[in-house]
Amino acid sequence: MLGIIRQRVASCKGFPALTLEQGIRVVASQAYSSNSKQMTVRDALNSAIDEEMSADPKVFLMGEEVGEYQGAYKITKGLLDKYGPERVYDTPITEAGFAGIGVGAAYYGLKPVIEFMTINFSLQAIDHIINSAAKSNYMSSGQISVPIVFRGPNGAAAGVGAQHSHCYAAWYASCPGLKVLAPYSSEDARGLLKAAIRDPDPVIFLENELLYGESFPVSAEVLDSSFCVPIGKAKIEREGKDATITAFSKMVGYALQAAEILAKDGISAEVINLRSIRPLDRATIYDSVKKTSRLVTVEEGFAQHGIGAEICASVVEECFDHLDAPIERIAGTDVPMPYAANLERMALPQVEDIVRAAKRACYRSN
Amino acid sequence: MACSATAKIIQPPMSINSTRSPDKSDNCTKLLCPSSFLGPNKKLFSINKTISPLSRRSATVVAVSSDVVKKKKVESNPVSNLLVTKEEGLELYEDMVLGRSFEDMCAQMYYRGKMFGFVHLYNGQEAVSTGFIKLLGNRDCVVSTYRDHVHALSKGVPARAVMSELFGKTTGCCRGQGGSMHMFSKEHNVLGGFAFIGEGIPVATGAAFTSKYRREVLKEDCDDVTLAFFGDGTCNNGQFFECLNMAALWKLPIVFVVENNLWAIGMSHLRATSDPQIWKKGPAFGMPGVHVDGMDVLKVREIAKEAITRARRGEGPTLVECETYRFRGHSLADPDELRDPSEKAHYATRDPITALKKYLLENNLASESELIAIEKKIEEVVEDAVEFADESPVPARSQLLENVFADPRGFGIGPDGKYRCEDPKFTEGTAQV
Repeated sequence: MLGIIRQRVASCKGFPALTLEQGIRVVASQAYSSNSKQMTVRDALNSAIDEEMSADPKVFLMGEEVGEYQGAYKITKGLLDKYGPERVYDTPITEAGFAGIGVGAAYYGLKPVIEFMTINFSLQAIDHIINSAAKSNYMSSGQISVPIVFRGPNGAAAGVGAQHSHCYAAWYASCPGLKVLAPYSSEDARGLLKAAIRDPDPVIFLENELLYGESFPVSAEVLDSSFCVPIGKAKIEREGKDATITAFSKMVGYALQAAEILAKDGISAEVINLRSIRPLDRATIYDSVKKTSRLVTVEEGFAQHGIGAEICASVVEECFDHLDAPIERIAGTDVPMPYAANLERMALPQVEDIVRAAKRACYRSN
Repeated sequence: MACSATAKIIQPPMSINSTRSPDKSDNCTKLLCPSSFLGPNKKLFSINKTISPLSRRSATVVAVSSDVVKKKKVESNPVSNLLVTKEEGLELYEDMVLGRSFEDMCAQMYYRGKMFGFVHLYNGQEAVSTGFIKLLGNRDCVVSTYRDHVHALSKGVPARAVMSELFGKTTGCCRGQGGSMHMFSKEHNVLGGFAFIGEGIPVATGAAFTSKYRREVLKEDCDDVTLAFFGDGTCNNGQFFECLNMAALWKLPIVFVVENNLWAIGMSHLRATSDPQIWKKGPAFGMPGVHVDGMDVLKVREIAKEAITRARRGEGPTLVECETYRFRGHSLADPDELRDPSEKAHYATRDPITALKKYLLENNLASESELIAIEKKIEEVVEDAVEFADESPVPARSQLLENVFADPRGFGIGPDGKYRCEDPKFTEGTAQV
C-alpha cells in the first residue's frame, strides 16, 4: 500500500534535500550536481530485480500484489508485463505458504525472490525463514543450499501503528545461516539486491518504505548491469576524526544530517553505513574506532539485544584500549510503536538525539 | 480480466444433504462472476443432525429477497410477515447511516491531513456489520480486522472516541496509541482491530473458548457469543483453517463472518482461491456453512439470528459468507485501478442503505421525513465527533511509556535499586537509552 507519508530527507553534501507535509506523495527530489544521474531507491530496486531476472531464467518473483498491482509499493512495477505470470507470481495471503514454497523451490535450484508486503508479515513465515532456509545447508552438510532472497520494507513508516513498524534487523541478524542486508542509498539498493539474488545463501533484504521515494545520485558504474556491492562490507559515507557513528537504512540519512550539525560545532563525525548487518563488517568499525576513539551506534529498532548492542560488545572486546569514552547507543524507545503522531516522533530516534549522543561521547555536553 | 474467464466453469455441485432455496435472480447480473453461481442463500447441513429442523424452518424465512417480501405483503397481513419492526428497522437504518457518514468523514479528514497512516474504509459493507452486531448484547465480543471503524461503532463505541483515536488524540478509545487499525474497547467488548490478516480469528476463537470455559468450568452464567469478522483473502490463510477446526471440535460459541468483498487489495478472490465458495469450507470442518447476500441487511440479520442463537445454545460455530463489496479502494492510499468500473457500478445499485430505505418506505415502517431526520441527526453526530477530536489534546509525553506492561515493574529495577516505574522522571524519557 502506498502510504501517504511525511518524510524528512537527509541534506548533506551531494545529497538532495526536501521537506514535505502530510498528504503529499513523495516526489523524486532535484540534484545539486548536474553530472550524475538521479535514481530513486524504488527504481534502483526495480532495475536490480529486472536485470537479474533477465540474466538468469531461474530467478522468479513471488509475493502479494507483486504482479497486477505492480507491487504494493510499486517496487515490482512492470515486471509482470515484461516476464509474464510464470515468473511473477501473485500469491494469496499466505506468508507461511509462499515462503515455504520459495524455500522448496530454492532447494531444487531455482532462485526465488520472495516479497513480504512488510517485513512485519514475515513473522507469519518465520518458521520457514529460520528453520527451512537458514539451517538447511548446515543440517544437510552442504547438500542443499538455499539461494533465496526475502525482501520487503522494514521498520517504521509514518503513523502505521505498532504492528507495522517493528524493525526485525536484530531478529534475523542473530540467526546463523542467514545473511541480512540493509541498503540506504540507491547505489546500496541496486548493488546489494543484485548481490543478494546471485548469492547462494538465504538473504534477508531489509528495505525501508520511507526511503523508496528518495533520490540519490548514481554513477555510470552503478548503472552497469554487472554492478554488485560485496556482502559484508560497510561503507564510510562521510570521513571524520572525532567520533564514529554507525547506522543502517534510514538512520544513515539521519546520521549524515547529525554529522553536518556536529561539524558546525567542531566535531568531525565519521558516518559508517553498515549495509550488511550479518555478516557485520567489524573490521571497518574497528578501524574507524581506532581512529576516532569514540562510538555512537544508531538504529531504529529496540535497544535491548539490538544491532547497537552487538557492535558495542564487539568493539569493547577488540578496541577497548582505543576507546576514550563509553559507547553511546541510540535506538527506538522501548515501547510498541504508538499511533499518535507526536508519540511516534518521540518513539523513534531523531537527528537531535544523535547529535546529543555524539556530543556526550566527546564530553561536550551534559 | 481473469475473473470472467474462470467463473463460468465453476458450478456448485449438488450434494445429497444440501438444500437450496430456489435460485432467484435478485439483482444479480451475469456480469459479476461469483453471484451467478452462488445464488441467494444456500446452506449445507452440518453432520450434527440436531440443528437440521431449525435450519429447515429458518430456511424459508431466510430465503428472502426484496421481491419475495413484496410478494408476502400482498398475500397476507403485511405487519406480521415483515422481517423487522419499525423500531428495529430504524435502528438498523441509523446504524448503517452512521457507518457510512463516519467513513465518508474519515476520507475527508484524511485528505486534510488530520488522519494519517493506513486507513481502511468500510463503505458498502455496512449491512454486514449492522446485520450482525445489532443482534449482540454488550457482553458479546466482536473481533475485526484493520477495517474496523464501523464494527466498533455498531458495537457501541461512541463516534467521538473512534474519531479521536483516528486523529491520534488522547481522548480516543485507545488514547491515540492504537490508531485506525487497532480499535479496542473493553467496555463494549471490541477486541480489535488487527493489522495482520487472519490474526483476529484465533483471538476470537479464544474469546469464544473463554465463554465456554466460564460456563462449564467456572460455572458462571455465561452464554456470550463472539463474532469474528474477516475478509475473503483471509480465507486462504492457515490460521483460518486451524480455527475452523478447533472451533468445531470444541463446539465454541463463535460465528465466523466472512466479508467477501471479492478483492484483497488488488488481488481478485477468484485469482487467489482454488475454490472460491468460502461457505463450503465450513462443512469440511463439521460446521454449517452459509452464503448470504451481504448487501441486504435484512437477509444478513436473519442468518445472523440463527447463527448467534445456535452458538448461544452451545451447538457450536457457524461459517457465514456474506457477499459484499467495498465501494472505495482497499485503503485511502489505494488507487483502486484494478477493479472493473462496471463491477463497481453494479454493486453501487445494491447499496445496502438505499435498499433498506426502500424496504422501510414500501412497507410503511417509516416515513421519508423520519429517515431524513435520522440522517440529519447522524450528520450532527459525526460533525460533533470531528469537532471533539479536533479540540482534544494530543497525548502527553508521559503517555509514551505507559501501558507497555500491565505491571509496570516489567521495566525493571533502576540503578538506585528501586523499580524504574516508581521514579516520576522515568516516564519523561526520550528515545535515548
